[in-house]
Amino acid sequence: MNWGSISDFLHMGGYGLYVWGSFGVTLLLLALETALLSRRAGRVADEIRQRTQNAPAPLKPRHTGQH
Amino acid sequence: MKINWFYFSSPPRFYALAGRLSPLFFALALLLATLGLYLGFFVAPTDFQQGEGYRIIFVHVPVSWMSMFIYLVIAFWSAMALVMKTRISMVMAQALVPTGALFTFLSLWTGALWGKPMWGAWWVWDARLTSELILLFLYLALMALRAAIDDERRADRACALFALVGVVNVPVIYFSVKWWNTLHQGASVSLTRAPSMASTMLAGMLVMALAAWAYTIATSLKRARTLLLEREGDSEWARRQLAGDAR
Repeated sequence: MNWGSISDFLHMGGYGLYVWGSFGVTLLLLALETALLSRRAGRVADEIRQRTQNAPAPLKPRHTGQH
Repeated sequence: MKINWFYFSSPPRFYALAGRLSPLFFALALLLATLGLYLGFFVAPTDFQQGEGYRIIFVHVPVSWMSMFIYLVIAFWSAMALVMKTRISMVMAQALVPTGALFTFLSLWTGALWGKPMWGAWWVWDARLTSELILLFLYLALMALRAAIDDERRADRACALFALVGVVNVPVIYFSVKWWNTLHQGASVSLTRAPSMASTMLAGMLVMALAAWAYTIATSLKRARTLLLEREGDSEWARRQLAGDAR
């Protein structure tokens, strides 16, 4: 066990700002990426469902075959 | 038995497989990160030179490895896309770019926060740092290039070629600490010599690296599914799939 108390742990031997700045921003950005991705996935699926309901017959695919 | 290497290059099969695997890898990433942080903060001892400040290694090394490795994987899928003309390869190459850019940014960010207390500078124009910055620009250029070309197939080809050309930067980053005299310390882990750090430090770092791997797999598969729907949303399989999801 490295730490005697919570404040010891947060202090990180004087490097608190640097250590928590590194781990904190990493966690924040990874969580943000995950959240944005989920939102985008939901939005794309909704759009397609809506289009499908409005036009039940299959539409022509955007790309047909190779160039 | 003959293995069909193209089995999962069929969009509907890939879509279904990615949908099953992504949450699994995400759960694995959370598990590994929890274990890695425990090892890094509670088991690994204090460094005799850098005190507690060295603990940044448990995030800095995994994100830096990932930033380089993701680029190699993008180059691999780009080559597959150009040679095999499989649609999924290009989707995978595209899906990895934002996550790679994010890890590259985090590598520079955590590096700056480590450099300031140890070297006295947030940033130095040294070979390792500069080549990593170039990697960030390569990722951003890949995104900009795709956004600039309207025709999807032309964008695919341009991005695949660009990714393959840019891959020369990865060995430059990796070997920069050997080729040039840099402020940055040498490789933390080497296959050819005994580890230079305590085994619990090494274990924490490797577990965190595995967590970064699992996160990258989970995220890129999820993004690939979304990209696939954006590209092929009007096709029969996508409609059937989404109708199934809704029920």
